Amino acid sequence: MIDSTPRAPGSKGVLADTLEQDAPLGSVQTVGEALLENPSVSCRDVAVHYGDKQALFDINLDMGTNEVLALIGPSGCGKTTFLRCINRMNDTIQGCRVSGTIKIDDEEINHADADVVSLRSRVGMVFQKPNPFPKSIYDNIAYGPRIHALTASNEELDQIVEDSLKRAGLWKEVADRLQAPGTGLSGGQQQRLCIARAIAVNPDVILMDEPCSALDPIATARIEELIDELRENFTIAIVTHSMQQAARVSQRTAYFHMGSLVEVGSTDQIFTNPRQRLTEDYITGRFG
Amino acid sequence: MTAYLIAAIFLLALNGFYAGRNRARSIRVGSRLNSLPQYHGIHVALWCGLPALILLVLWVSFEPVVVEALVQASLSAEFRALSEDQAVLAMMEIRNLAQGISGVQTNLPYAEDAATMLTRLSRIADYALVASVAVVAILGLGLARSHITLEFQARQSVERVFNVFIFLSSAVAVMTTVAIVLSLLFESFQFFKQVPLHEFLFGLKWNPQIAIRADQGASTGAFGAVPVFSGTLLIALVAMLVAGPIGLASAVYFSEYARPRVRDVAKPILELLAGIPTVVYGFFAALTVAPLVRELGLELGLEVEARSALAAGVVMGIMIIPFISSLADDVITAVPQSLREGSYAMGATQSETIKYVIFPAALPGIVGAFLLAISRAIGETMIVAMAAGLNANLTANPLENVTTVTVQIVVALIGDQEFDDPKTLSAFALGLVLFAMTLILNVVALMIVKRYREQYE
Ligand SMILES: Nc1ncnc2c1ncn2[C@@H]1O[C@H](COP(=O)(O)OP(=O)(O)OP(=O)(O)O)[C@@H](O)[C@H]1O
Ligand SMILES: [Mg+2]
Repeated sequence: MIDSTPRAPGSKGVLADTLEQDAPLGSVQTVGEALLENPSVSCRDVAVHYGDKQALFDINLDMGTNEVLALIGPSGCGKTTFLRCINRMNDTIQGCRVSGTIKIDDEEINHADADVVSLRSRVGMVFQKPNPFPKSIYDNIAYGPRIHALTASNEELDQIVEDSLKRAGLWKEVADRLQAPGTGLSGGQQQRLCIARAIAVNPDVILMDEPCSALDPIATARIEELIDELRENFTIAIVTHSMQQAARVSQRTAYFHMGSLVEVGSTDQIFTNPRQRLTEDYITGRFG
Repeated sequence: MTAYLIAAIFLLALNGFYAGRNRARSIRVGSRLNSLPQYHGIHVALWCGLPALILLVLWVSFEPVVVEALVQASLSAEFRALSEDQAVLAMMEIRNLAQGISGVQTNLPYAEDAATMLTRLSRIADYALVASVAVVAILGLGLARSHITLEFQARQSVERVFNVFIFLSSAVAVMTTVAIVLSLLFESFQFFKQVPLHEFLFGLKWNPQIAIRADQGASTGAFGAVPVFSGTLLIALVAMLVAGPIGLASAVYFSEYARPRVRDVAKPILELLAGIPTVVYGFFAALTVAPLVRELGLELGLEVEARSALAAGVVMGIMIIPFISSLADDVITAVPQSLREGSYAMGATQSETIKYVIFPAALPGIVGAFLLAISRAIGETMIVAMAAGLNANLTANPLENVTTVTVQIVVALIGDQEFDDPKTLSAFALGLVLFAMTLILNVVALMIVKRYREQYE
């Protein structure tokens, strides 16, 4: 158990000792405002096991509409694992078990009967490494609308492709070569293509797992701008290793540590006045 | 004796290795060697073993020639009286006597003496061989060992010897291939001197006459290869119609659907199909499948011959299923997981992901797998020889009996044949065209597979 009173900087507590041993924290009480009114996504007691190994411990966390939630924490703390619970991508991993309740707009999605296909059409995902399909730029964007039969005519599909590319800030660069292979684009363009692909089906939630880790600062800045614009229409969760990025794009930040959610709060508060020693150590770069 | 000598050289070289290594270690104390001690060891071993082995090989190949020449020289008077054939015969008798082969009859008065001389000379030569090999090996060992200094570049010279060895090995492989192709070309050329090229390539009738002996008269056959090649393609087509869908489906099953435990058990069993001798497939085709096909055909009111392209093709298809499934499995597995996840994350089902993402991405590799399988089907002999037939029949009907290139090659070379007979030579011409066909298929397939590999780099 962690006591939730704020600590004076520099004081050494129980947690710091646990940290030094690098052992899982187990089930801990999260500090901060993890739960919201009218959440878009709500997770209750979410735990994940890979085989015998537990990777996430009783996560309680909500995501609000029209806000960007940043997930930060040291490598291996379970950020990706958590993100992949929300669109059930962990189903594709042998031996991975997810327990707990996850609701999207009050609909339970983490049970065997939930419709994974319709869930994933409502929850888009952007991966760490750009992964455009080896198809044309057009077909990459049209992939989702086609498999979900969202359009009645080719003109409508053309319109969706154009809109998605425009929203992803890629239209100007590729408008004249929509039939060129998507794999032929630069890394930053590919990542924006993947974002355009994700928003083409008009999801409610977008999950981004370190979307800028393979990109240069200019491409990163463009994607950050894009995330800010997309916030108006989507609920966004973004995993990032860059404190600056988290500070720039998110409204709320959640700090994970060894499989536990240690602290959640408004981004301003987390970065200026963290209430947990672990959080503070991490964001000031003392480890991680 | 040569075997003992070789063993001795190896032992000596091994000894040289330890001598060199230990010496290098002993001088290393406190300073840095250019090469690691074991390189010095290998260097000494090479110097000890290689020259001795080369000497041994040369000696063994030239000794009989030299010794016999000496014997002949001593018998010069008697030999001069003989004709060439007689001299060869006489030498043979002498050799047999010397080797103590019992029951050798000789009417040459000098044979006994010559044989004794041959034996004596051979023994001397053997002693000389042992002595000189020993000298060379020990000299090499000693010299190389005394060369060991801190700066001595043992590593570099060992590498050089190794490079030469590797080069020679690959040269042997390449030269063999070239030699085979050249002989194929040469014999085909002989054939095309007797049968015009255009007749062979475009003729519609294949009926090589069987000439038992040259004097039996003109072996005027028809050498139009079109029916032979059409038969080959027909059977290959049937085989691919069987193997293509089944192989591909099982590849998809193993790579995308099967649980690891199922895959671990079932995949090797499927690959076992590739290990069954083709003869076994052959009689399976001839004794089981062909009658079955015939019966089925009769029930449907179709005229099916006892030996049909269909029966042979189906069995050949079964044989090449594992080719397609394991090659296609490899390329499908090589499609990056990130593409699958990208597709699933868009809400695609597993079959949609396979259809729209995995197949297109793996397509070039799958095409490559198909081409390799086709070239395998075209080159297959046994099944068709047993189940398809020998008559060159120009038809597109798989229920009739057809023949294939490989079968005709076998037929052409069976039995007593005059070697300049067009029938015999036709085997080489057929072989050449077959070789060209499979070569082109393979090259195209490899090009496609290679391009596919680069796609994800
Ligand atoms: N497929 C898997 N099989 C087994 N264990 C896994 C698997 N994926 C992740 N894990 C384990 O789960 C824990 C959390 O991993 P996760 O990928 O969620 O970390 P992360 O916070 O995303 O790290 P990073 O910042 O390095 O991406 C790690 O200890 C990891 O070893
Ligand atoms: Mg991660």
